Amino acid sequence: MVPLLLILLPLISGLLSFFMKGSNAAKAWALLSSILTLIVAVIGVCSCTKYGCLNYDTAWLPSLGSRFTIGLDGMGKMLALLTAISFPVVFGATYRNNYKNPGSFYALMLLTQAGLMGVFLSLDGLLFYFFWELALIPVYFLCSTWGGEKRIAVTFKFFIYTFIGSLLMLVGILYLYFQTPEHSFAIKDFYALHLVGKQQHLIFWLFFIAFAIKMPIFPFHTWQPDAYEQSPTSVTMVLSGVMVKMGIFAVIRWLVPIFPEATKYYSHTIIILSVIGMIYASLIAIKQDDVKRLIAYSSIAHIGLMCAAIFAGNAIGLKGVMVQMFNHGINVIGLWIVADAIEQQLGTRKFSELGGLAQKAPTLAILLVVMALANIALPLTNAFVGEFLMFNGLFQYNVYIAAVAGISIILGAVYTLNMVQKIFYGNTVESTINATEVSGNVQWVLVALVVIVIALGVYPQPLINLTNSTVAAVIGVH
Amino acid sequence: MNAIILSALLGVVMMFSGIVLKSKPAIVSTALASLVLLLIGNLLETYGIFSIRVNTHDMLDFTKFGYFFNTLAIAATLLYVILSGKDVIKVGNYPADCFALIFFVLCGVSILSSFNNLLMMFIGIEIMSIPLYILTGADKKNLKSNEASLKYFLMGAFSTGLMLMGIALIYGASGSFGIEAVKLANAVPGGALPQAPILDVIGLMFVFASLLFKVSAAPFHFWTPDVYDGAPSVFTSFMSTIVKAAAFVAFIHLFENKATEMGNIWKMLMVLTIIATLLVGNITAVFQQSVKRMLAYSSIAQAGFMLFALYSRNDMAKEGILLYTVAYSVATVGIFAILIKMKDYTFDGYNGLAKTQPLLAACNTVFLLSLAGIPLTAGFFAKYWMLASVVKAGGAFAIWLVIIAVLFAAVSVYYYFRVIQSMYFKEGNAETTEISQGFKIGLLVMAAIILYVGINPDGLLQWFYL
Repeated sequence: MVPLLLILLPLISGLLSFFMKGSNAAKAWALLSSILTLIVAVIGVCSCTKYGCLNYDTAWLPSLGSRFTIGLDGMGKMLALLTAISFPVVFGATYRNNYKNPGSFYALMLLTQAGLMGVFLSLDGLLFYFFWELALIPVYFLCSTWGGEKRIAVTFKFFIYTFIGSLLMLVGILYLYFQTPEHSFAIKDFYALHLVGKQQHLIFWLFFIAFAIKMPIFPFHTWQPDAYEQSPTSVTMVLSGVMVKMGIFAVIRWLVPIFPEATKYYSHTIIILSVIGMIYASLIAIKQDDVKRLIAYSSIAHIGLMCAAIFAGNAIGLKGVMVQMFNHGINVIGLWIVADAIEQQLGTRKFSELGGLAQKAPTLAILLVVMALANIALPLTNAFVGEFLMFNGLFQYNVYIAAVAGISIILGAVYTLNMVQKIFYGNTVESTINATEVSGNVQWVLVALVVIVIALGVYPQPLINLTNSTVAAVIGVH
Repeated sequence: MNAIILSALLGVVMMFSGIVLKSKPAIVSTALASLVLLLIGNLLETYGIFSIRVNTHDMLDFTKFGYFFNTLAIAATLLYVILSGKDVIKVGNYPADCFALIFFVLCGVSILSSFNNLLMMFIGIEIMSIPLYILTGADKKNLKSNEASLKYFLMGAFSTGLMLMGIALIYGASGSFGIEAVKLANAVPGGALPQAPILDVIGLMFVFASLLFKVSAAPFHFWTPDVYDGAPSVFTSFMSTIVKAAAFVAFIHLFENKATEMGNIWKMLMVLTIIATLLVGNITAVFQQSVKRMLAYSSIAQAGFMLFALYSRNDMAKEGILLYTVAYSVATVGIFAILIKMKDYTFDGYNGLAKTQPLLAACNTVFLLSLAGIPLTAGFFAKYWMLASVVKAGGAFAIWLVIIAVLFAAVSVYYYFRVIQSMYFKEGNAETTEISQGFKIGLLVMAAIILYVGINPDGLLQWFYL
């Protein structure tokens, strides 16, 4: 029942939200709905153990052999929880922002949440493809309607990129479907396939390109910085906090266990691409003058590490990836909230026009510093646990690659601390001379995130425990 | 048989209704009533309750597939008249005649869904095509309409000639007008694929070419943009949907068995045709400035997808053609119905439609998403069935053909989404003619059909297997 509720709650409240007229009503409705979803998710993760509680299965397209099968395993729980946490956080932190047509804005946000939940929960190939696409459509409308100046072209590029990827994946799904003995889309039938020969390499790439575009992995990343920059910040939070995890998640669930041989065969190529992307994105991040673009490139670097660690093919790296998926989501949303708070108040995101904000807004400065330290994976922050496990996995795979990838930690510190320094320290400049502390709702949301960051940094065991079942399942086939 | 006889009779009724009825709305109502009658007549025969019996000497073969297709075609025409009936009577001086011609087209369609003989196919194609030549030129004081009509007629007549020549050659080689595959004398069980007599293959190629012309597939597509653009928009809508689907049904029905006579070249031939059609349709559509012309090219591109059914020739392909008929016809009729209401047919003419007419914009978006094949719309499953049928049929090129097709589907997103961008994201004041309440309800019903089939295509197909 829980997974069904997780999809239906945002779906129905989203559809209703289209008819909301007032700005306050729409905001309150969206916040209420997302908090309800969070409560359901927490109950589901903490207290459900029975099969019937965590799974739902009903006939959908009998003639095709596709069923509406959804369920929560360890990784699914973690990502459902991340999705459920991030939406109230986003709504809370941007509660004072005003959008034209607020009803439609919040409706599309909630529909995005429904789509994301569907992706993380579905256990049927066709259903997975359905949700994979459906999560994209509301985001397309959100970015194109409420985004920045170049929004139409940039969002369109983003859409076409991901659409090409997902269509290729559809071909892959179709191929697998006809390989299964009883023609079914169920994930367990896909796992049971023993693909051999050349064709599995082609199908592997059909899937991988779709996921690589979504993550994004070098050289498929060109849509991402522009899209992050041009989207309204609350959508960017969803994009980078939750949506990019679709790619990582899908590799773990739909790629590695289905194509164990091809995964081994191509792991070296993909790890090298990922590492190139990490270093490359970090170097570009150092040169950025725009907060949003900096966070965008930093996100590419982090995702690159996750992808590399998956293909390292050992249990410890995989655990790290799953833990980090959750943690990166929390941290990056925190950074975006600060970026949005600054932009809303001062009207600029450029480092060259900012400085000395710590004198005016000390609380925000403290909170940002904690988020920034988490972004560079300092011990005692949540990201340290994930990154440590991932580097450990990579180290076991190949020492030299791990060493090169390690450079990105140093580069990460360079650009993150540079950002903190340029925005908050030094002398006040023209734009920050009249700055004040940010509003209460932003502070409280950030405090909540900081608590999660430190709590999971000190005691990450519950999160690691969640990954055990999935890791065992994936490595078992690997 | 009901559909054939009734549609012909009702066509005559419509012709004379112009003399009796003086008010134009009454003519539309008569047409609607007649279409409902035709639909009932066809359904009565489908469920074996009542049918007119005529001995056709096995020249016509009435199957479930044929009945179901007739139902779809008539229902789509009904929706079309509900939405655009008022625009039909604005074209030309003799509105009753236009409706009469539409009924004659339906007569041709119902022959094409049930022929069992090359000659009947020929007659069906002609009964369907000749009214179309006239409808294209219905706006007789418009130069473009006249040009389109003449072009269509000359090219159509030429392709008809080709088809007759082909039929003659097939008859000469096999001694039969039947559509079953000819038993080949040199067939060896388990050996290499037998080769039919060369005259037979040439004849089939002629028929193949002329049918490609009818469905506007490359390299016989050149008439399509000019004719679709020049014809009055109401009739373009009819031509590019119901008529095209019927031509496809004839195409598949004929080559379902006959293709085996062509041996190995058939699949190669289909691969080339499909890729050429997708390439021409999609790439040219990208560069259009007028939505109407873009839809003309996109209809070539959609034909490329429907051609998959001819490559695979299995059950899934037949189901796919039915789904495609619904998805494509309903969406295109809807898009054209909105286009007719627009004052400016360019992409910029749609700027800001979401503000002036939110409901029209929302429905148009659903139709466009369906044409682009986005999940949750009927268009997704239509494309899905086609792709799946190809993978199922197998063959050396199957997986690559599907990959190429999906890449072109991504290209098609480009031009369909341009309309959405204009409507929602660009500033402007899109002007429309007056929109009635009934029109809006009609659009909503069609959008609901698209979404329903997009969630549960089995609901439609089960009806077929009932």
